[in-house]
Amino acid sequence: MKRVLILLSAILMAHSTIAQTIEVCKTCSTTSLKDGIIQAKEFDTIIVKKGTYKEHDIVIDKPLTIIGEKYPVIDGELKGEIITIISDNVTVDGLFIINVGTSYTEDYAAIRVRKSKNFVIQNLVLEKLFFGIYIEKSSDGKVFHNKIIGDAVEEYNSGNGIQLWYSKNVDIEHNFIQHVRDGIYLEFSNFCTIKNNVSALNVRYGLHFMFSNDDTYQDNTFENNGAGVAVMFSKRIKMYNNSFKENWGTASYGMLLKEINDAEIEGNTFEDNTIGINIEGSNRINYKHNNFKNNGWAIKVKGACYTNKFIENNFLYNSFDIAYNSKVNDNIFDRNYWSNYTGYDLDKNGIGDVPYRPVKLFSYIVNRTPETIILLRSMFIDIIDFSEKVSPVFTPDDLLDNNPQMKKIAW
Amino acid sequence: MLKILKYSFFDLMRSRWSYVYFAFYLLLGIVLLFLNNDLSKAVITLMNVIIVLVPLIGTIFGVMYYYNSKEFTELLLAQPLKRSSIFLGQYLGVALSLSMSLILGLGIPFVFYGLFESSAIWDFSLLLITGTFLTLIFTALAFNIALSNENKIKGFGYAILLWLFLAVIYDGLFLMTLILFEDYPLDKVSLIGTMLNPIDLSRTLILLKLDISALLGYTGAVFKQFFGTSFGLIVSFVMLTIWVVLPVLRIVFKSKKKDF
Repeated sequence: MKRVLILLSAILMAHSTIAQTIEVCKTCSTTSLKDGIIQAKEFDTIIVKKGTYKEHDIVIDKPLTIIGEKYPVIDGELKGEIITIISDNVTVDGLFIINVGTSYTEDYAAIRVRKSKNFVIQNLVLEKLFFGIYIEKSSDGKVFHNKIIGDAVEEYNSGNGIQLWYSKNVDIEHNFIQHVRDGIYLEFSNFCTIKNNVSALNVRYGLHFMFSNDDTYQDNTFENNGAGVAVMFSKRIKMYNNSFKENWGTASYGMLLKEINDAEIEGNTFEDNTIGINIEGSNRINYKHNNFKNNGWAIKVKGACYTNKFIENNFLYNSFDIAYNSKVNDNIFDRNYWSNYTGYDLDKNGIGDVPYRPVKLFSYIVNRTPETIILLRSMFIDIIDFSEKVSPVFTPDDLLDNNPQMKKIAW
Repeated sequence: MLKILKYSFFDLMRSRWSYVYFAFYLLLGIVLLFLNNDLSKAVITLMNVIIVLVPLIGTIFGVMYYYNSKEFTELLLAQPLKRSSIFLGQYLGVALSLSMSLILGLGIPFVFYGLFESSAIWDFSLLLITGTFLTLIFTALAFNIALSNENKIKGFGYAILLWLFLAVIYDGLFLMTLILFEDYPLDKVSLIGTMLNPIDLSRTLILLKLDISALLGYTGAVFKQFFGTSFGLIVSFVMLTIWVVLPVLRIVFKSKKKDF
């Protein structure tokens, strides 16, 4: 009986609160978002009408839904943080937030979520920002369909587009991020899903993992960043169907793996990068069904990488397929298609009869003396590569693909 | 000079070798496209062929033509004609007919394959331009060798040696130098080394198009300026032009002084 009463009263309370809507506009009784929040009761909806609101340090301390109509502008006038959410169950939707203050001691964000649960941040446009969406010690939220356009030039005085710190179960989907330091940055954040985002033209990385485990990112596009994705010191990350394009430069990678264990890398496309994947100290990773096309180096293995499996990938027209800097090999290359393969298939089973050696002597030479890159595709280099292929001296002799495919693999 | 050019040109056009050369490129183009099914990949393979074969054929053909038409040259010299126009006419006749075989032989299959609708058209035209430059350079070098050597065997020997040196040995020495002096800053040296060899120069020119992502992997400001901007392209073309002009000047100079 008691329970039923509590339930009934809860329903009644909910009913009385849902109906409440507060409108904020220049001619209404409530003219600022801050006032609106003070007036509102828990679970109210605040509708912000079109207009410019010069406000900063807006603290949302109760469960509210804030909806912008026709993208009202919240202008922080470079004074500091703009919106801080410290309550559970907050939804922020459809605002245009500009002019976040820059600080070298504090990470000011356009919108910060602190120790909250069940938040939804969607349809926002953020411009002229330091940090964009900063989620700390929060969980079970959603960051959906936001557009973040920064103006970062240098790494030291710019912030990240979306940053997660000690957070759990956050879904980041359909966001569009440009010109910030790191497009999306996860630190100590587990079980997050990053899906269908576009992260381009960022100063440092398109997506950056640090000490974050069990996350998944898929169907994202990373284009023209300092480096596409950096995955560091993390375990069990799943990377599916992403596209990494045109990450050009001396320290530029499509993907950088450092101290990564037990990851799955499947169905990704690496195109026109200086280095497709740069691998350091990473173990037990499965690479399957990836396309490496027109990269300078498709894969650069730096050392301390054991029991990785490269299976059924396409290596198409890369200047170098694989660079390897040690003579010990514990990784498996099997059933890949290599466009540089020159063998034959007499028994017509679709598998080349001669094993393929993906590491060339020239890539070893370039590792040692980088200037020699200028001799790429020279006839002399072809001759020494051929002699190394016949009897490997400098390159690991057990690094070979025993079943090179004759045709490009489709899946 | 134009008359002699025309004569040499049509003489070569009638000769079997031009047809063989033309047919070879035609076949190469067709086979490559047939096997690759992909224009941009075919362009890469062609590049490898062009930067090795075009110089070889240019040198051999140039030397051969000079020695073969020696009696006719002597006949011409007896006429009141300027020496420079006789030799330049012959040189241009050979070089132009070779370039034409190259351009038509490779161009026809690619055009039929749908070059104009493809994105590879710039890579391909760059390829043909470098091919033509290489023909002009190596035919001029061949004429130089032939002018300086009365002995046919010696002339052929030097011509083949020249090709072998520039196509293979030079790169070997270049690589050794770079590795030996790896402790020093080498980016300028490596660029200058490339400039001094027309084959390397053409190769880099094509690399700029095909392997730019790998070339940008090297940390060096000079490299970056050279490869990252159109500066590299312009400098390469200027150097190629110098490579044509210098041997041609020597042909003029040498032919004026030579006793026949």
